[in-house]
Formats: sequence, C-alpha cells, structure tokens
Amino acid sequence: MAVPDGRSLEAVMLGLGGEFFALEAGIVREILDPVPVTEVPGARSFIRGVINVRGKVVPLADLRLCFGMTPAPPTQDTRMVVVEIDLDGDPTTVGILADKVHEVTEIAAASTEEAPRIGMQWRPEFIRRIGKRNDDFVVIPNMERIFS
Amino acid sequence: MGTPDFAETFRQEAQELLEQLEQALLDLERTPDDHELIDSAFRALHTIKGSGAMFGFQNVAAFTHGFETAFDQVRKGSVPSSRELIAVALAAKDHIRVLVDEPEAAEAGRGGAILDALRQAVGPAADPAPKEAAADPATGAGPATWHLRIRLGQDVLVNGTNPLLLLDELRSLGPCQGAAVTDAIPTLEEMEGEGCYLGWDVVLTTEHPRSAIEEVFMFVIDDMDLAIERVGAAEGGAAPVPAAHPASSNGEGAPPAGDPPAVKHEAEAGHGAAKTTASLRVQAERLDELMDRVGELVIAQARLTQLAASSTDTHIKSVAEDIERLTAGLRDTTMGIRMVPIGSLFGRFRRLVHDLSRDLGKQVELATIGEETELDKTMIERLADPLVHLIRNAIDHGLEDPQSRAAAGKQETGRIRLIARHAGAEVLVTVSDDGRGLDGERIRAKAEELGLLAPGTALTDAELYQFLFHPGFSTAHEISAVSGRGVGMDVVKRTIETLRGAIDIATTPGQGTQVTLRLPLTLAIIEGLLVRIGEGRYAIPLSAIEECVELSAADDTRSEGRSFLNIRGDLVPFLRLRELFETDTAPDPYQKVVIVSSGDLRVGLVVDQIIGSHQTVIKSLSKLHADVDTFSGATILGDGTVALILDIGHLVERGQAREEKLKARQVEAV
Repeated sequence: MAVPDGRSLEAVMLGLGGEFFALEAGIVREILDPVPVTEVPGARSFIRGVINVRGKVVPLADLRLCFGMTPAPPTQDTRMVVVEIDLDGDPTTVGILADKVHEVTEIAAASTEEAPRIGMQWRPEFIRRIGKRNDDFVVIPNMERIFS
Repeated sequence: MGTPDFAETFRQEAQELLEQLEQALLDLERTPDDHELIDSAFRALHTIKGSGAMFGFQNVAAFTHGFETAFDQVRKGSVPSSRELIAVALAAKDHIRVLVDEPEAAEAGRGGAILDALRQAVGPAADPAPKEAAADPATGAGPATWHLRIRLGQDVLVNGTNPLLLLDELRSLGPCQGAAVTDAIPTLEEMEGEGCYLGWDVVLTTEHPRSAIEEVFMFVIDDMDLAIERVGAAEGGAAPVPAAHPASSNGEGAPPAGDPPAVKHEAEAGHGAAKTTASLRVQAERLDELMDRVGELVIAQARLTQLAASSTDTHIKSVAEDIERLTAGLRDTTMGIRMVPIGSLFGRFRRLVHDLSRDLGKQVELATIGEETELDKTMIERLADPLVHLIRNAIDHGLEDPQSRAAAGKQETGRIRLIARHAGAEVLVTVSDDGRGLDGERIRAKAEELGLLAPGTALTDAELYQFLFHPGFSTAHEISAVSGRGVGMDVVKRTIETLRGAIDIATTPGQGTQVTLRLPLTLAIIEGLLVRIGEGRYAIPLSAIEECVELSAADDTRSEGRSFLNIRGDLVPFLRLRELFETDTAPDPYQKVVIVSSGDLRVGLVVDQIIGSHQTVIKSLSKLHADVDTFSGATILGDGTVALILDIGHLVERGQAREEKLKARQVEAV
C-alpha cells in the first residue's frame, strides 16, 4: 500500500457497522450485488461463507466480526466487494461484505495517522492507518494481517 | 503461443527420446544381444544429436556425438554390451538430460569424464583408426562414388531444418561436389518467403557405406525425395563422374518419380511413423483450459435443465435434453483426452529400481501389471513422488538381503510389483514386495515411545499401520541414504490426500507387504448425490455411496450411546451431520441415512433430504478455508449457488473414531 511511503492512496470507501473503511482501489476486482451465500460449517467465523464469483468459489469475509461489531441483516445498500490480496505470495480472491459502497477517493498520506494504541477496542494489528473523511475517521485495514 | 518455441519443442522431444534411450538401455541389461534394442538406443541418440545441433544445443550435440561414437562399437557388434557399459551409458544419458534442461548446472569436467569412461567401457576398439578399419570390410571395398539427388520438402525451413547443415554433414563424409537444381523455383508471385524450392545434385566420394549417407537425412527422410545411386566401381575413387551434375540441372533435377532407389528405409520410417499415428502434441495448459470450459458448460447445462423442467414448452424440454446428452458426451471426451496410461509413469521406476538394487546390494526384479490403466494426466504427475517413496521403502525396508532371503527359503532375487487396476470409479495402484512384512510389535513400540499411543491401547492392524504415515515416524534402526528418516511416508500420505485418495496397507509376516493407493479417476468432474442438511445443500461423491436408507424412528430416538444402524446384520455407526454442522433449523420428520464407505469402513451420514444426482464440477476451496477438513471442495449448482462436497475419507475416520470412543466408554462402564 502506498500510504506509508508518503504518497496518496486511491481508495474505495466502504461503510461497515457505522464506520468508514478504505480499501486500496488497486486490489478491488469488482463490486457485486448480494448473491446467495453458502455457509461453510467449521470455518473461522469471519469467513464462514463462500460465494460464486463467475464460476470461482470465493470466500466471503465479514470484517465486522474482525472489528468487534455485531452482524446485521443485509439491506438495499449491501454489496460484496471482490478483492485480490497477496497471501504468502499467492494471489487470493476474497469477497468482502459492505453495508454500503461510497465513492472512490484520494486519501493524502499526510492526513493519515498511526492507529492509536490506547482508547481503541479494535486489534491494532488489523489497522494499517487511520485517515479522515470530512469529519469522520476512516480505517485503512491491513488486509494481509486480517486474512493470514 | 503463435510461433512455436523451437528450444522448448526440442526439450520436450529430447525428454521422450531420453526415456526411450533409458528403457532400451535397461532392457539391454537383461538381453544384451537384442539388436532391436541397440538400434532403438542408437536412433534415440542420433536424433538427439541431430536435433540438438539443429536447435543450437551445441553442447548436447557434441557430447551425444561422443556417446554415439562409443556406442557405435556396440551397434557394430565389435563390443558386447556389458553391465559396466550400461551403467556408464545411463550416467551419460543423465548428463544429456542435464545439458538439455539446465545447461548452466552441468559440471564442467563431467562430460569429458563420462566420455572417457564410455571409451574405457567399449575397450581399445574405440580408437578411431581401428574403427574405420573395422567398418570398411563390412561394406566391401574402399571408397565409392555416389550420385545423390536431393529434394527436400517445401516446408523444411519452416520446420527448423537447415539444408546447409545437411550438406555440410555430407561433406564430412568425403570429397563432394554439388550443384543446385533450380527448375522448381516458381515465379515470384507464387513464391512463399519461407519455402525451400532448391534441390541439389551431389557427387560424393566416400569410404562410408550407403547407410551413412542415408543417416544424414534421417530426420527429413519422410518429407523428401532422395535418390542415391552408386556411380561405377570404386576404382580410383577420387575421380568423380564429372558429366553427371552440370547437365542435370534441367532434366534430372525434377522429382525422380519412378526412381527405384528412392529411399524409404524401413528401419528409419519405423521409428518416425510408428509413433506419429495421428497423434498430436498439445500444451497441457490448453487441455486444462478446455476442461474448465467444459466444467462451465456442465454448470450452465444444469441450469438449463432446471429451467426446462419447470417449463411447459415441449420444444424447450427436448432441446434441453439434447444439450444434456451432448454435454455429457463432450465431458466424457474431454476427460478421455486427459487420460494417460499409467505405464508412462511405471517406466520411470525401472531406473530407480535398477539404481537402488545396485546401491543396496539387493537383487530386485520389478514387474509391472496393468500399465494400460488410464488415469488423469495431472494425477499421474502427482503420483510420481509418492510411488518413488513407496518403492524405496519396499526395497530398503521390505526386502531382506540375499542371505536372509536364502535362509528363509526364498529366492534371492526380491520381487517388487507395481499393479494398477480399475475398481469402480477408483483406480488402485499397488506397490507390493515379497519381503519380510511389517513388524506390528515394532510399530507399536515405536508409537508408544513417541507418545503417539497410550501403552496397551487396543488397535486394529489397519490403525496400527497408519502410524507409518506419521511425520518423523521410522522404525529403521539406521538411517540410510535411501530411507529411514520417516519423511517419505508422510509425503505419500499428504499427496494422496490432496488427490482425494486413500491408502491401504496389508502385510503378511515373512511374505511381504502391499501398499495400495486408492485414487479417484479424475480430479475435475464427478457424479455426486446432492443432499440437504438444514438449509444447506451438499454433494457426496456417488462412488463412495453404498446405499440410502430411512432413519427409523426407533434408531432416531435411541440415546447418544448407540448411534448404530443395523444394516442387514452389520452394525454401521452413523454421524448426524446436523449436529456436526451445528444446524439450528428444525429437522425434517423423516431423516435419511446415506451409507458411505471408504476402504473397508462404512459410516452412515444422517441428512434431512436426498435431492438427487448431480454432475459435480469440482472447484477447490480457497486457501483461507484450508483449516476446514470436512469438505474436499465445492461445486456450483444449477441456480448458481455453491454447494460443498463432503470429504468422505475424513467423515468416515471421524465416525470410526467416535465408535472407538463409545466402545471404550462401554468397556469402562463395565
């Protein structure tokens, strides 16, 4: 991700559990309307489902569970964002559930900060940086850490 | 992909030729006088040399030339093939492989050393001078003059043949004079840039026999016209017949239609033609792509069938049926294309057995049975490693040394058998030896020593042998170069599991051990039975299913302590998949049990509903789900949703484990 070395980040903004998350635009493959999810019994809770993305069986992750939020039923705005991330050298396709997909925007590196160590109920290693969007905070999640 | 990569093509071809060479050499060891084998080896060498030079593998060509020169003694019969010679020849073959595959990895002095050893092996006769002398009497007299009319196929240049190299090679045989025949050159409009329109008239004086001349054209002989005529007697030798060629440019240069000596040598034609019977080399990835497409088609067809079933239009129904039939045919054909006889794999192990037998000082005979059994290409490739480990184990641990064998009243030569056969939707590959058999007590002792087993636990033999697959488990007292580290069997197990197969071990003390790998026929599409558990749909491989029964109310309500069904007198444990999958919807009133088997073990899987059969295109699960071992993969249903495929081997294991636990508890209670 481009943030740490001082350049700006082009990001897709997701709304999730009342918070904003920024996904680097480069890893986003497509944004789908919700499709039927098949539960995988025995899988880790935040990737308990799989979906069919153009003939490929792709795990669907609910990041809410990684950030201590309670799952909510889908609404009209719910989307599935298909991203490709690098896991130990293997490009891996994952679907990410989002309450709403907002705009694609630039986040200036200067406007982001390290995640604070205190005063946060989230696991700090899952967060790469915290940025700003208007008056709200934006979480830039560390996808590699979340899925490894 | 458009233009073929010549170097790559050469590598592939060389790979096959080297295999042919190795097989011939190994066979020669048993029947040293078989001329057909010697010729086959020689042809392979010669082809490697020729195409190597053609495609710029100069090192390969040079080394192979040396090899060939030495081996020529064997072909001429002046030196018999011996064990030593075969051993060096095999080393030389390995060296060629290195030169072809990774030239930079070849050790500098290695080639020379091998060639020296080869020359040594064929003895003093390898000296070039006596060789020439030896060759001459065979052909009759000294130098002879030949008149050659050469017309290559028009597309030789496109195929990568350089006519100049052929002419140079002719020149190396003796003084020669030639003239180009230009009468076949078309007008400029008709000419293709890469066509070869020239012919040559050559007068060659050489001491070599006619066959040496023919050999120059060995690789192109099928696509060319070649006339070789002997001009006069050989007296004088140096004086060619001058009138022949300048005048020939008009009349004689035309393709010599009725010319009797037009060469179509049986032997040469044999090696090219026999194998090319309408076969085609296709890149493996294209086949994979094709299989993927067919998979998509099968899914789309399932969707169409589903739609047609709910339609009242009979035309649609009939088209859907046609498509279903065609798709099934296409699927079978495509899978058939990917099937390769396992013999190609078995062949590789002869060398392994040969080398191991020498290194370990044990006489070993390898017999292969069922080489024509076909398996998916990918599967064959993946099987190579596990089989290597199994064979090493069988020879190193299984077979006794000759003295012990003699003492036990057995033949000194140990027998390793590789057997492949079909059994239902599975292929069984067995490695069996006639050695000492497994020592159950020793395995138990070792397992207890490693803390894998509580002392005194009652186990079946099959369970005991499973410890052999435990990482780091080895009962060998010493670690040899071949085996004993306890790594091999672990690799075998893991590879077979990824192929969705299973391993059975059977042994008779003093008489040998059989390790059988049970493998699915294909990795791509299987017939499945679709079932419903709660709201989820799951596929069960049809090949694993023995029968489906209804769970009687009596069996259903019985306490947890007795999850057994009585299937015609046999007690079969059952697993409630609803519990396993933590399903929270209300169960269907009439639960069904699907009885599945894995090896000799059976287990019942309790489901809510049996939906029906389903063409299951297997999709692998993501790496993120690698920790879920209840499922071997997933498939996509007609409506586009995903269904998971149950991993039967794993579920059966689980069912059995539970049965053991319950038994143990009952024993304690008593």
